[in-house]
Amino acid sequence: MHALNVKNLTKQYKNGLIALKGINLEVNEGDFFALLGQNGAGKSTTIGIISSLVNKTAGSVSIFGHDMDTDLDAAKLCLGVVPQEMNFNPFEKVAHIIINQAGYYGIPRKIAEARTERYLKKMGIWEKRDQIALRLSGGMKRRLMIARALVNEPKLLILDEPTAGVDIELRHSLWEFLAELNAQGTTIILTTHYLEEAENLCKNLAIIDHGEIIENANMKSLLNRLHIQTMILDLEKPITQLPPLDEYHGRLLDDSTLEIRVHKNQSLNTLFADLTRKGLNIVSLRNKTNRLEELFVNLIAESRGS
Amino acid sequence: MSIRSKQIYIAFQTIVQKEIIRFTRIWSQTLLPPAITMTLYFLIFGKLIGSQIHNISGYTYMQYIVPGLVMMSVMTNAYVNTASSFFGAKFSKSIEELMVAPVPNYIILFGFTFGGMLRGLLVGFIVILISLLFTHLHIYNFWIVISMATLSSMLFSVAGLLNGIFAKKFDDVSFIPTFILTPLTYLGGVFYSINQLPPFWKNVSIFNPIVNIVDTFRYGILGISDVNIVGSFVMVCAFFVVLCLWSLVLLQRGTGMRT
Repeated sequence: MHALNVKNLTKQYKNGLIALKGINLEVNEGDFFALLGQNGAGKSTTIGIISSLVNKTAGSVSIFGHDMDTDLDAAKLCLGVVPQEMNFNPFEKVAHIIINQAGYYGIPRKIAEARTERYLKKMGIWEKRDQIALRLSGGMKRRLMIARALVNEPKLLILDEPTAGVDIELRHSLWEFLAELNAQGTTIILTTHYLEEAENLCKNLAIIDHGEIIENANMKSLLNRLHIQTMILDLEKPITQLPPLDEYHGRLLDDSTLEIRVHKNQSLNTLFADLTRKGLNIVSLRNKTNRLEELFVNLIAESRGS
Repeated sequence: MSIRSKQIYIAFQTIVQKEIIRFTRIWSQTLLPPAITMTLYFLIFGKLIGSQIHNISGYTYMQYIVPGLVMMSVMTNAYVNTASSFFGAKFSKSIEELMVAPVPNYIILFGFTFGGMLRGLLVGFIVILISLLFTHLHIYNFWIVISMATLSSMLFSVAGLLNGIFAKKFDDVSFIPTFILTPLTYLGGVFYSINQLPPFWKNVSIFNPIVNIVDTFRYGILGISDVNIVGSFVMVCAFFVVLCLWSLVLLQRGTGMRT
């Protein structure tokens, strides 16, 4: 079954801006799905329509088979959303925000309180339960929104840039938590600007640009399409001029850092041997960007015809 | 009760509880100011100036203005509660908590309306208690008092919701109470009997719903009225139904909430 099925979804705002140009998207049950795109590409509009915060112009959305036009309540019962921006009353107590959200889903108070404790503990902010939300740090506010989205135990969880502005330690603990949640059967859709995050977590992805889906594929098969990777090599000794590198494209970033483009078919062993022969000893190596990021930039450029 | 009905009832209960917690938490902004204002009204208009005014329909001026001032507090507070709470939810985006959840629009409508009604009635009760420090009152018809207070607080609460739906900035929330509600209230027979007006203005006043509300409530307490009691109830109910339907259409469209 599809956790999410989007057909010909179109959104034109009153000012004439066409944010979505008839997109189609299918997300399978149990998937960990990345929806990627640059700012203004249409990601948040898509999520807004799915979560009933934005009116669509045309098309249809169904969640676990429940059409949002004809079976909205059932569709909403399957859904949890963590928005990009804070959307809670900052003067309410942390625990009340979660308990009230459970109430809106019709969850009896006792169960709501138990779940509030469970998810606030899971998010590491249980000790803040009696504080007003305004006093939480940025990272804690984001964790609060995740706990709130989980209180109805949704089958489909959508997270719109959940790790934006979050410190590294928290980001890693969130990744672990989301992976665990997905392993337990929750379908997750994630939008993020940290492509490393998408590459590490997601099984499938779609890339949206100017309101159109320009790529919808399995993560592994997409990464296999990356023919050229750009590497950054740190040299043991500084050099002033780069010797000819024959079949490799390279340039000096500074006197001891070399950027080099390596084709998928070229062996790194051969590369190192060639460089050593030319008197260049390498002390460390890293990708210039992560692989998905490189691919993402290429795909966006291709779709724009540059 | 079906599972869905239970869920809907819990959602309604949650909205109402949240409203009660909100206006009792900020009691110094919601409950105290009307108590102080009305004490001053009773003191200045009722005691000081009122003692110079002759009786109206056999009641002292203080006794005459008490029902009007009670209803003024009920209507204003019911209105302001819903308008500011709903706009506040839009402003903080916490309205999205309701929009993503399976809460029917009529539950959002009645949840906020009920919350505003409770604040209006609570303030009305406080004002009645204060009035007893200045004069004695007897209730002529308890049911008319209760039903008119409840109905009018619900009516003004829905009107406040409409204001909250349309409001785009904080100024919009105070515009209607300042420039429409207050003048209508002062011209609504709180401080005078419309029988004292020239015939033309008396006939115009009859169409002011606040005149009908105040006078019907006064009838419930004192047993005197310048308006048709049944007509007033019909008018308030009709306005309530119309505003409810309008609110439902706006909530359905997502006016002021969904882009």
